[in-house]
Amino acid sequence: MAARKAAKKPNVSAEELKTYYRDMLLIRRFEEKAGQLYGMGLIGGFCHLYIGQEAVVVGLEAAAKEGDKRITSYRDHGHMLACGMDPKGVMAELTGREGGYSKGKGGSMHMFSKEKHFYGGHGIVAAQVPLGAGLAFSDMYKGNDNVTFTYFGDGAANQGQVYEAYNMAELWMLPCIFVIENNQYAMGTSTKRSTKSPSYWERGAAYGIPGEEVDGMDVLAVKAAGQKAVEHCRAGKGPYILEIKTYRYRGHSMSDPAKYRTREEVQKMRDERDPIEAVRSMLLTGKHASEEDLKAIDKEIKDIVNASAEFAKESPEPALDELWTDIYADMAPQTA
Amino acid sequence: MATEILMPALSPTMEEGTLAKWLVKEGDTVASGDIMAEIETDKATMEFEAVDEGIIGKILIAEGTEGVAVNTPIAVLIEDGESADDIEASSAPAPATLNDAEGKAAAPDTASTPDTRPTQPQVDTSPDWPEGTAMKQQTVREALRDGMAEEMRTDDTVFLMGEEVAEYQGAYKISQGMLDEFGPKRVIDTPITEHGFAGIGVGAAFGGLRPIVEFMTFNFAMQAIDHIINSAAKTLYMSGGQMGAPMVFRGPNGAAARVGAQHSQDYAAWYMQIPGLKVAMPYAASDYKGLMKTAIRDPNPVIFLENEILYGRTFDVPDLDDYTVPFGKARIWREGDDVTIVSFGIGMQYALEAADKLAEDGINAEVIDLRTLRPMDTGAILKSVMKTNRCVTVEEGWPQGSVGNYISSVIMQEAFDYLDAPVINCTGKDVPMPYAANLEKHALLTTQEVIDAVKQVTYR
Repeated sequence: MAARKAAKKPNVSAEELKTYYRDMLLIRRFEEKAGQLYGMGLIGGFCHLYIGQEAVVVGLEAAAKEGDKRITSYRDHGHMLACGMDPKGVMAELTGREGGYSKGKGGSMHMFSKEKHFYGGHGIVAAQVPLGAGLAFSDMYKGNDNVTFTYFGDGAANQGQVYEAYNMAELWMLPCIFVIENNQYAMGTSTKRSTKSPSYWERGAAYGIPGEEVDGMDVLAVKAAGQKAVEHCRAGKGPYILEIKTYRYRGHSMSDPAKYRTREEVQKMRDERDPIEAVRSMLLTGKHASEEDLKAIDKEIKDIVNASAEFAKESPEPALDELWTDIYADMAPQTA
Repeated sequence: MATEILMPALSPTMEEGTLAKWLVKEGDTVASGDIMAEIETDKATMEFEAVDEGIIGKILIAEGTEGVAVNTPIAVLIEDGESADDIEASSAPAPATLNDAEGKAAAPDTASTPDTRPTQPQVDTSPDWPEGTAMKQQTVREALRDGMAEEMRTDDTVFLMGEEVAEYQGAYKISQGMLDEFGPKRVIDTPITEHGFAGIGVGAAFGGLRPIVEFMTFNFAMQAIDHIINSAAKTLYMSGGQMGAPMVFRGPNGAAARVGAQHSQDYAAWYMQIPGLKVAMPYAASDYKGLMKTAIRDPNPVIFLENEILYGRTFDVPDLDDYTVPFGKARIWREGDDVTIVSFGIGMQYALEAADKLAEDGINAEVIDLRTLRPMDTGAILKSVMKTNRCVTVEEGWPQGSVGNYISSVIMQEAFDYLDAPVINCTGKDVPMPYAANLEKHALLTTQEVIDAVKQVTYR
């Protein structure tokens, strides 16, 4: 992260800082609980946890306004919580229950909320990139000033459709922020083993799209970069690329043998760069919050997460009739 | 309060594993995220992390133990001041799955097919236009353009995007004049990037617009098929009905002439298989227009399969302000008692020619144009077969997994007792399309093959 400029004095209030702490903690505790429920067999299939990457979505949401859209890959729980979706509905979707955002029919990788302008949750690597450009297209067509945050990982960044989308996004000046969450591992393949060029954001230059690298373990740095990108898009200057250097502490999914990196590497990141610890220490050293204040937040989050897990366990499985609904809009349920 | 730590399931299919190694010992304090043990399955060795903080009160399963079932208690976590002895006689292993009882009880009913089927299907046989309607002569090309333009005049969320649709006026001149009328905001030339622009189209539909995405031919849509199926067709279901992709993917499909294997495939059977998609494949100009208008208004993704050879063909089109054709309603082109010929798209050309020639031999064929393949008017097919007792299907696509195969199975399941002969599927030959003129002619379906098939099922 040598290219990063020295951080300026953060322009942030104590209240905002506390909010970021709270929002990041919610994601972390939620994901830990999801991992636990997975271990208990309550969550099935694939489950990709966001632990370690919390500052990315919390920082960018701090730069968004009502009406802005977001779309991401299958590692999507953090994005949903950060944009204000109900933890109960997300957790109940993970357990495949009626109370889930998709009535139990989508699962961990496929959730949506029209109300919160969250457009998924997509299971095909990089498919969400042109889709996100299309969402931005819809806002440009309608003539409003909304922007779309299109998230994808370093793995997806090598897919061809990303560059097809870059080309059209710049050609048509779409208000789209391409957010590369570079957690350094595409499943088990480190970026060094998949990618020769040193940085992903620089590829935007080939299409005329500006961008920058951001320290993804620093929520304020992410917010500042997000504000700059948003301003660029809202001003009608076309898309912008943020390559956010982050790190996931957990495996790619729950069934990850973790043989591609050392335990020391993960531990070092947790000890030295943890985004939540950083804000916590900022709050305490700056005397913006006391240990008691933070304990109260911890307790609040723990209660929310426990309530979401209870809800997710108690919500019934979807009725069998649901098998045949939502295949076609405005049509009677399908039958055999 | 003491809590049991259970043997975790570390993959979707894991049932048991080896507790390879403990990385904590009794009395150790653990925090959420600390690695406690290594678990080995047949696939990999994985680390197992603590979820809650506490003290390891007791280790119940020694390291090196093989075949530890998922959800077996492997250790006890206690809080400060508690003793591990309090929880010595702990509960038995938890059941492996949660909903065994419910699952078993519920399995067979609602989802199964009803066993009572109507012997006579309900079929909509109303005419497509009122008697006495004035008609005009139009090519398929003009009818398609009029259908799109009429809808764009009434709904400003509708727009057309694709390669060469604007300034070039359409690679096959379908969008002739549309740029002039609607401007570059609504008639948009794209770069040659099917995968990317199909995805942008689907995203725009998620965002509340009604895109018409033109593929120069459906052969090139294979580059975009992930977005058509995974992004457009499945999202309504995956979102529990919250959002979908109301849009049209259109373009010429099937063989043109002398363009070889990569430009000559019929995709009818492929798209017809996908729940969440609707599929139209018209033959006549009036249906191109009426179905296109219906497709644009439909709140679902619609695959609209056109045919290059038919673009210049002229038909009667009703001269009405707002002429639409509903999906799922077949058109009977010719009534007859001896055999049912079912086709769609350009296959209708062979079906109708064959019927004319067969009439000369005294065989009266009933010719059904399906017009849409999903939904499919199987009622019209069954009703006809119950009258004629014989059926031949006609399509240009390949034989294995064809539209005709599906129709045959529907007839067999629903009207078996009415059949006096096996259903024959006339299809294109089971080869990639050759270039050489003589070979291409043999690879394609011919009218004579349809005549031969009809004679076979009528035992003439």
